[in-house]
Amino acid sequence: MAIDIETLKTLLETGIPDAEVHIEDLRGDGDHYSAHIISPAFEGKNRVQQHQMVYEALQGKMVAELHALAIQTSTPKS
Amino acid sequence: MQNVLFDRIQKDISENDIVLFMKGSAAFPQCGFSSLIVQVLSQLGVTFRDINVLEDNDVREGIKEFSNWPTIPQLYVKGEFVGGCDIVREMYTEGELQQLLDDKGIAYNKSDAA
Repeated sequence: MAIDIETLKTLLETGIPDAEVHIEDLRGDGDHYSAHIISPAFEGKNRVQQHQMVYEALQGKMVAELHALAIQTSTPKS
Repeated sequence: MQNVLFDRIQKDISENDIVLFMKGSAAFPQCGFSSLIVQVLSQLGVTFRDINVLEDNDVREGIKEFSNWPTIPQLYVKGEFVGGCDIVREMYTEGELQQLLDDKGIAYNKSDAA
């Protein structure tokens, strides 16, 4: 199962407030992505909580449709 | 049923300082992400309990719910969820994982620290 890059980007931008999303298709197979998400909503949260927000934004697709997503999160100022 | 499973997971992470829920074993990781954490822990020279989720589908699914984390591997230190592959790698590179071990009073090999 794969997911296209635009769908992924839209899910993240919709699910995380004011998110700036950069996605790279690591193998060009629509199944291994790397995402860097910058959002003020990550402020004051630890990495686990930030990544949990990302997984929530993906609405279960992480397991069902996406095999591998490398996640990096940061806040706008850092 | 779920309570029994959660109790078992809780017992494992309580009784071992460092627990890695992974695909494959520490000696033979069967997934690149699991392998990466094994490498980090080996670099640090810490001993850890490896739990192969491929051998136990209940744990494989249960740990995701337990941690509210959809992917494997998952690293626990002193009963606390640290993160998956991306977080562990980032923390190791930044020296935060070493700091965490210091804070938790777990000895590790400092000469190889990144």
